[in-house]
Amino acid sequence: MNKSSIFQKLAAVPHMVWTVMFIVFPMIFVLFFAFTDDKGQFSFENISSLAQYGHVFVLSIAFALIATVVCLLIGYPLAYFMSKQSPRAQKILMVLVMLPMWCNLLIRTYALMALLDNGGLLNSLLESLGFDKLSIVGTNFGVILGMIYDFLPYMVLPIFTAMTKLDPKYIEASHDLGCNSWQTMTKVVMPLTASGVISGITMVFVPSISTFYISQKLGAGKIDLVGDTIERLFQNPSTYNVGAVISLVMMILIIISVTVMNRFSDDKQSPTKGNGGGFMP
Amino acid sequence: MKFLQRSYIFLIFLLLYVPILVLIVFSFNEAGSLAEFSGFSTVWYEELFNDDEALTSLCNSLLLAVSSSVIATIIGTFASLGLHRMRSKWLKGAINTVTNIPMMNPDIVTGVSMMLLFVALAGFLGSQNLFGFGTMLIAHVTFNLPYVILSVLPRFKQLDTSMSEAAQDLGCTPSQAFFKVELPEIVPGIVSGLMLSFTMSLDDFVISHFVSSPDFQTLPLYVYNQTAHNVKFSMYALSALIVVVILVILLIVNFAGSFNRKTIAKGGAK
Amino acid sequence: MKRIASVLTAILLIILPVMLTACSEITASESVTLYVYNWGEYISDGSEGCLDSNAAFEEWYYQTYGVKVTVNYSTFSSNESLYAKLSSGSVSYDIVVPSDYMIQRLIAEDLLAPLNYENIPNITNILPEFWGEDSQHSEYDPGNIYSVPYLYGMIGIIYNTTMVAEDDPNIGSWKLMWDEKHAGNILQFNNSRDAFGSAQYLLGIDVNTDDEAQWRAALDKLKEQKPILQGYVMDEIYNKMENGSAGIAAYYAGDYLAMYENNQDLEFYYPEEGTNLYVDAMCIPASSKNKLIAERYIDFMLTEEPAIANAEYTYYASPNRVVVENEEYIEYMSEIKDDAYEKMYDTDSVMTSTYKNLSGEKLALINQLWEELKSNIEISTGIYVICGIIIAVLVFLGAYFGIRKKIRNNY
Repeated sequence: MNKSSIFQKLAAVPHMVWTVMFIVFPMIFVLFFAFTDDKGQFSFENISSLAQYGHVFVLSIAFALIATVVCLLIGYPLAYFMSKQSPRAQKILMVLVMLPMWCNLLIRTYALMALLDNGGLLNSLLESLGFDKLSIVGTNFGVILGMIYDFLPYMVLPIFTAMTKLDPKYIEASHDLGCNSWQTMTKVVMPLTASGVISGITMVFVPSISTFYISQKLGAGKIDLVGDTIERLFQNPSTYNVGAVISLVMMILIIISVTVMNRFSDDKQSPTKGNGGGFMP
Repeated sequence: MKFLQRSYIFLIFLLLYVPILVLIVFSFNEAGSLAEFSGFSTVWYEELFNDDEALTSLCNSLLLAVSSSVIATIIGTFASLGLHRMRSKWLKGAINTVTNIPMMNPDIVTGVSMMLLFVALAGFLGSQNLFGFGTMLIAHVTFNLPYVILSVLPRFKQLDTSMSEAAQDLGCTPSQAFFKVELPEIVPGIVSGLMLSFTMSLDDFVISHFVSSPDFQTLPLYVYNQTAHNVKFSMYALSALIVVVILVILLIVNFAGSFNRKTIAKGGAK
Repeated sequence: MKRIASVLTAILLIILPVMLTACSEITASESVTLYVYNWGEYISDGSEGCLDSNAAFEEWYYQTYGVKVTVNYSTFSSNESLYAKLSSGSVSYDIVVPSDYMIQRLIAEDLLAPLNYENIPNITNILPEFWGEDSQHSEYDPGNIYSVPYLYGMIGIIYNTTMVAEDDPNIGSWKLMWDEKHAGNILQFNNSRDAFGSAQYLLGIDVNTDDEAQWRAALDKLKEQKPILQGYVMDEIYNKMENGSAGIAAYYAGDYLAMYENNQDLEFYYPEEGTNLYVDAMCIPASSKNKLIAERYIDFMLTEEPAIANAEYTYYASPNRVVVENEEYIEYMSEIKDDAYEKMYDTDSVMTSTYKNLSGEKLALINQLWEELKSNIEISTGIYVICGIIIAVLVFLGAYFGIRKKIRNNY
């Protein structure tokens, strides 16, 4: 028997009011602006102007995809090796992973740009050593590099957390049952850390696809991604409507990809979700 | 093998930290140049502490972070209580889904949607000065709410309901039972929710970028404006200070217990 | 968990009082706030011992009228972004400093307030060429009702002599910015009017043309330029040119001297095909709530000390008599660079034209063309190949695990 007072029943009401006013309404406004012209008349014109931004979307998806995959390829072994260190070292490494996450993204991106710019420290070093200059800022490579640099910690941390939660007994058991280390890796460690990988992927992919600061600084205003386009369109009241459509499309894109990703993690093998008991069917 | 693993870890962390270290070292560069180091000097730090704009934005940032995280924590804690007691599965699911929208959505979409709301509201009210502290506060509370609920709600689920029942059997009213028995149990969740939203709010640039006005500039907005113009070298000093402060806080917190932000936020803790 | 809680509470207990006392000092003083919206790097800010014009105004105002005024100074980087802010109506400013053609547009859209010159007695300091009947000023502000000239200048091309050879045949022309030899080293304006202007001058098209085909021709020229650009930037140009990250850029003349001060390898010329002459003038938006103080602000900026400080800080040419007649100022300019004064003030020897406000239809067209330029992206095959491989691997993995799961479920 759990008696609850009116107070407890109504406790969620302020929150409900808040979410309706400041989450649901704004979304409705995005929809409204997406399907009207700048005089408030219903129109599909904005949708048709989307075609112009086709390449921008393709490029953003491609960059985010590449950045995510590279982060995974670098981050997974890193997290695995980190989990093999002594507990004390693990704690320090954990702080080192979290520090960049907590530092403002703008600062890190700007620091990277200042370092890599044609007249920056890297190039003056290369020059004094007699090498050719590397043009990184203002190129596709520069933007992707920026994404990897900025978001790598977001990939490492969840995987590392999943690794530390992994019971070493499973690994021992798999060795006892005759697995070599490769088999242990693919059949035990990887499936058991899949949930960490999935959340790492979402945490890298979503900010990468929507960034505008990274492309502004490392792309020098020349490589426009979806984020830059939205940001620019929302600087001018006459282009709010097109901006709203692009935001809407991006939102749908992300919801689809996140849903697909979560389906992968839906199997009940993951130790971070369940109690770790039924790890093999 | 151990050696290879360690060198890999070392290499990646080196790459991750080079830009930050360069930034910190060159913030002491007398010449105010990134290309060569001419001599040690704290002149940029002095300039920073004489820069009213930077100090005001620091104050604004703290003010906004404290007020938005406190408001979000209060609303979010009560919401968790309500959600926990809610019978209707459908309503619960609906509220959860809507609450998590700002967490799922890229920041830029949340930002522009808020901006459209305020623009429409300003048009409706015929007001000129709608943007400012108020709009920033609303936006920050909104994106903090899911994080608070995410850290408080699991605490409610872990509660032993028999305790509350025992208290009520002993003569407490339900609300007394809540404040005296249940609340102390969920305090750690509330604290981590508060800290989580405090840091989220302190760190946020993208959403603030769309709902701010020159009236109320936060630190990330100040950094953004700086980097869009002729960058003063005191910006490097500021960045170096931020990195060091965060490192200190992280070390304190981490060696006093484990508290991490993004895994609670988006990871597995369901 | 308790330990964390106590640590955190301790941190909060330390931070909060410090913060509250510090913040109350800054915000508690009761004063009127004057919102000034100006170009970046466009006012003497007190660095390196020069006058801080805004602080000087605050002090002067307090001394003269006994009222505390706080200047909230923020900056924009293009006329277009200023217009967007003003027309969105979401924020109100008391002083804005747009260029000539934008003032024309703001007047046409009733966004400016007429000035009361009784509060601006120092208007007489402005040279007759720049204010009053038959002046250049009355072309964009007929009747001289809404604006007071602040500074003026021309657009020119800055290049780094270590990257561009002295005898490069394209020096002296806009062609330098389209020269493939310098691919990756060129910076273009990140605002539509100036960027289109550069292409129009190169092509010999009127910058205020009414012909859509001519605008499209300029767009094609810009599209042709895009692959060899390092980027589209505004005030980031300072750092990029000063540290040698880029070698060629078109920008405003006064800013060149600011960059030259930090990097003597930079050279500068006005393109022979013609270039833009602009005047930036102080105006008061119609939505201003402190019009009287704003007018006094304008007046203050016309007086000798701040006017000279601003001209010296920005290196832009001043339309103010007390500045150009000041010996020390002229000497100051020649100390920066021998020909600095002539470069800034000798507008007659340069072929110039001014931007004019365009019809709403043409403005929408430029917007549209600018979007076309920005979203015109060439995706290299390399990116397609990499993504193709990634997607193929993902699909393979998905299918593999999907099938495996199915087989398992069948047991």
